[in-house]
Amino acid sequence: MAIRFAVPLAAFILTLSGAVVVNAEPAAAAVKPPANEDCLACHDDVGKPFASSIHEAASCVDCHADLSTVQEFPHSEKVAKVSCAACHDEIASQYRDGIHAWAKEKAGLKMAPSCADCHGRHDISPKTSATSRTHKNNVPATCGSCHEGLAEHYNQSIHAAVLKAGNAAAPTCADCHAVHATQRADVPSWRLGVAAECGSCHADVVDSFRRTFHGKVTELGFTRVAACADCHGAHEILPASNPASMIAKDRLVETCGSCHKGANEKFVQYDPHPNPRSHARSPLLWWINQFYTVLIAGCFGAFGLHSLLWFRRERQEKRRS
Amino acid sequence: MTTATIERPAVHSSPAPVAGAATVRHIQRFDRPTRVLHVVIMVTFLLLAATGMPILFSDAAWGRALALLFGGFTGAGLVHRAAGAVLLGAVAWHVGNLGWRAFVRGERGLFWGPTSMTPQWRDVVQFGQQLKWFFNRGPYPKYEHFTYWEKFDYWAVLWGTAIMGAAGLILWFPELAAAFLPGWMFNVALFVHGAEATLAIGFIFVVHFFNGHLRPNKFPMDLVIFTGSVTEDELRHERAGQYERLLRTGGLTPLIVPAPGAADRRRGHVIGTIGLTLGLLLFVLILQAVL
Repeated sequence: MAIRFAVPLAAFILTLSGAVVVNAEPAAAAVKPPANEDCLACHDDVGKPFASSIHEAASCVDCHADLSTVQEFPHSEKVAKVSCAACHDEIASQYRDGIHAWAKEKAGLKMAPSCADCHGRHDISPKTSATSRTHKNNVPATCGSCHEGLAEHYNQSIHAAVLKAGNAAAPTCADCHAVHATQRADVPSWRLGVAAECGSCHADVVDSFRRTFHGKVTELGFTRVAACADCHGAHEILPASNPASMIAKDRLVETCGSCHKGANEKFVQYDPHPNPRSHARSPLLWWINQFYTVLIAGCFGAFGLHSLLWFRRERQEKRRS
Repeated sequence: MTTATIERPAVHSSPAPVAGAATVRHIQRFDRPTRVLHVVIMVTFLLLAATGMPILFSDAAWGRALALLFGGFTGAGLVHRAAGAVLLGAVAWHVGNLGWRAFVRGERGLFWGPTSMTPQWRDVVQFGQQLKWFFNRGPYPKYEHFTYWEKFDYWAVLWGTAIMGAAGLILWFPELAAAFLPGWMFNVALFVHGAEATLAIGFIFVVHFFNGHLRPNKFPMDLVIFTGSVTEDELRHERAGQYERLLRTGGLTPLIVPAPGAADRRRGHVIGTIGLTLGLLLFVLILQAVL
């Protein structure tokens, strides 16, 4: 009796689960999907890259889901687009918030990248693998396959040099530009966030920036004033010792002058990264800080006590009367 | 609050009550320009504090909201500069007026003497007497026209406005300033502007508010800066030195003014309440940011 019911029940459950997994028609449960060997029999060029990819344990029809029910080969030339989102839904949703998805889907820029353009197809390897397109060392080249000019700038920058010298902390494209939800660099949220991003390595420098008018206004969420990249450049960032740098001594008048029309040699003696708490960095400000600390503490201390005594005395007087 | 307040006969002298009459006599303390000057300083100071504090406390939770109240960075900046210009103008007018009175009109006693704002030995002595009085070790000092804490307030405003104004102008016109100042002066100007602001805001919203208005004998506020006059009784108790001198020299009678009208008192209350409330509110915000 139990067995009689168990068989159709199992078939029913299988049918359901089959529907859920491959989204095929209920009847498909009975059909055996093609094995990887079946596919590779024709697509032998895919075999090698796929075998070394991070997906090598998956079956072809996990991604090419529309082919899971195919019984006759060769199958139709028309195959459905692979949906990475079926597994990587969180990253896919980030991608849909980004400028690349907007360009491709809303602005009609067909060449804008989707997953495979950066990650590859059958040969997808994790970013930890040195040969991966998304490995840190290779990211500039990957992005540069479209953003050719920017990659050129980047490759001349101090960040690229440090990266080549083996410092894995040096930023590439993806460290500053959120990698999937890539934004335009001129929107407020990006401009306001960039100081924190630079600060993840240059903590002291960003700390001192936060003490300046530029830093304080930026921190308040307004984009009218300079943040890191406005003075240092973004992709072409170079140390002040390099004459090509935006903050090289001979270029300061030009750099400051891009906002402060009429800036001169005297103007650029301004220190955009002062630290009143460091005698070594800002000796004059350090002394002024000492002076005001004593003045403010003395003033509030003396008058605070004065007020307290006064309050006590007048209270006594009021009670008596 | 200013030296423009030295004793001059009230312009609008109405028939003074006959001496010895049962009515309460009111004695002029602040003339109209001085009262107007105080309101101008009050309004501009509050605006400057409210629009400057977002920058000074840019990491405070309320920083952005307070700036947005004035239209964001651009709006708050405009209000700050406009209020600063008005305050600088008002203080410049005051100093110019003093110069004119002293050197053109030849008025005496502005820079020295019993009604002057200049700190004198008497202030040191009276400070000592006040301390004794705090501990019930002596009588209340016989103050003259201005007490030592009033002089401190006055010079703090004058000194503060000069420093804040100079630093503020450098920050307002940096390209122009760089024609004759090195750029590191912007660093100095920004730091000093912030430090001096901390000092001024703390001093006005706590010390001046307490000394002038909130202490038990004055609570909730002293209307004299709005109405301009005090009662004879008040003068005799609080400034016995001045009162006795006026009696001695016959200077009291010309200073007798009609009692402030109900409308004047109401206006004083309204302005004073708004000023005190906003000031204390801003001070609470600072406490929130600092603590």
